[in-house]
Amino acid sequence: MTRRSTGEKIFDAFNIIFMILVIFITVYPFYYVICASLSETAQLLTHRGLLFKPLNTTFGAYKLTFSYPMVRSGYKNTLFVIAVGVPINMILTIICAYVMAAEDVLYKNFIIAFIMFTMFFSGGLVPNFLNIRSLGLYNSLWALILPGAISVYNAIIIKTAIEGVPDSLSEAAYIDGANDIIILFKVIVPLIVPTLAVITLYYTVGHWNAWFSAVLYLKDNTKLPIQAVMRAILIENKSVTTKAVADDGSLDRFAETIKYALIVVGTVPILVSYPFIQRYFVEGVMIGAVKG
Amino acid sequence: MKNLTTKNLSTNSQKVRTQTLSYRIKKDFMRNKYLYLMFIPVALYFILFCYKPMYGIVIAFKHFSPTKGIHGSPWVGFDNFRRFFGDYHFTRLIRNTFLISLYSILWGFPVPIIFALMLDELRNIRFKKVVQTCSYLPHFISLVVVCSMIHQFSMTNGLFNDIIVLFGGERTPILQNPKNFRTIYVASGIWQEFGWNSIIYLAALAGVDQELYEAARIDGAGRWAQVWHVSLPGIAPTIVMLFILRMGRILNVGAQKILLLYNPATYSTADVISTYVYRKGMINGDMSYSTAVNLFNSVINVIFLVATNYISKKVSDISMF
Repeated sequence: MTRRSTGEKIFDAFNIIFMILVIFITVYPFYYVICASLSETAQLLTHRGLLFKPLNTTFGAYKLTFSYPMVRSGYKNTLFVIAVGVPINMILTIICAYVMAAEDVLYKNFIIAFIMFTMFFSGGLVPNFLNIRSLGLYNSLWALILPGAISVYNAIIIKTAIEGVPDSLSEAAYIDGANDIIILFKVIVPLIVPTLAVITLYYTVGHWNAWFSAVLYLKDNTKLPIQAVMRAILIENKSVTTKAVADDGSLDRFAETIKYALIVVGTVPILVSYPFIQRYFVEGVMIGAVKG
Repeated sequence: MKNLTTKNLSTNSQKVRTQTLSYRIKKDFMRNKYLYLMFIPVALYFILFCYKPMYGIVIAFKHFSPTKGIHGSPWVGFDNFRRFFGDYHFTRLIRNTFLISLYSILWGFPVPIIFALMLDELRNIRFKKVVQTCSYLPHFISLVVVCSMIHQFSMTNGLFNDIIVLFGGERTPILQNPKNFRTIYVASGIWQEFGWNSIIYLAALAGVDQELYEAARIDGAGRWAQVWHVSLPGIAPTIVMLFILRMGRILNVGAQKILLLYNPATYSTADVISTYVYRKGMINGDMSYSTAVNLFNSVINVIFLVATNYISKKVSDISMF
């Protein structure tokens, strides 16, 4: 490598310091929340400034969090939505992408316009709400699964991947007597697994993070997914204390830190899996950017 | 076409049939019947959850009452729209929507570009990967969590106030002050998305011809000069395209994050069209009015989108449709 001048050394040093700052700013808030969640309210409230370690490592706040029935039911509901919703998302999106990519369809342009139009225009909040009610989905977890079952953006990413599969493969299968259903699921799907993995992750994270449709379409607190529960407790300051919570003074001890514990509980699956799956997310952007 | 048909008629009667529509439909159906079979649930989804609600938009021109239903409610013409234009909050809503979006673009748009340019200059590949991975972590965190953290940090005894006191300020309930709202909204938005948004620029930077840097070095260009004269022009087309697309969404401010951050004390700067639509429709039950306001917003958004797409096509040859 060429010799570096003083100016370049300053440039590099500045750049590295700046990047360390970037890491700090993006990661530290989560670290602070974890530290705060392991502390007690009285200590946290008197503490000033940044936290670099828990003030008093105690899992009391977490114990309390999980004694809330709404938190437990929230977890359960979210897991149900992911377990049932993501397969539906994937099957419908794959078919949608396959049809968009199909060559020999008479009304190809009409079908693509029919699909793409929904990206730019929608009924809007109230008409969607009335629709959910008229379909009998109000106050049902299916209202979190069926609307939005297909993200057209994701379908376009899969369509790009399908177009990358050589035509000769599906033609050969066709000559051997395979129909479109077999060609799609037996020939094409195995060849685009990496892309499908990315889209599966997108849908999973999407369901995990969703809260708004739950607030719109669900009435019973016992049906709320975890993010909606968190919103009720953390942002609306709704009291969720019930008899199930042991009244041994732990409520006072952790009144403030339980909020941090709840934030951790609602984030931990993503934080834990993030290092392993993050590169797939980026691949998704790349596929999307090629033909955006 | 007609000539062709008559000519075919004289030569081969079989070919005439290939021209008729009904034959083509039949042939297309025979060839693609399994494709159409698969497509049924997909089409049903779009019809039931995308197109059917669009019919519901007619209540913007009606006085909707849930007991009478969409069909049975009486028509009122443009009354709901007139009410909106005369609404006491009309200018405030437009101003807030426009300003929040404008500030988001003004501050938020350059950050990923600068970040990508600086990241590209890092020599240590592993360090670069670490920075990058950290930078887009917040993108995957839910809005509820991000906003809960903002709520916690903004309390009088929270982290933000600790930092403000450190710099000689006073403790205040930060989220209760309308003056702070846009700053919090825009800054947290940048924090959450800058890393993610930089990915596309990094991809563009990876595509810049390495020989250009070589040539610039031979011409005596330092690192700054290389960034300024090679890297930046290299990604300029990407910047232009994304900027135009972003401008197309200028009056398109989502309700979710604002609903999680605002409160009646900050409505004066925080309330935007989409949050107003939510409050009117879902809280006050004024469904026709809410739908009319939303339709007004959608129409403006579509106009902006089509216009910017047209400009984009002219300027950079890139368009969405």
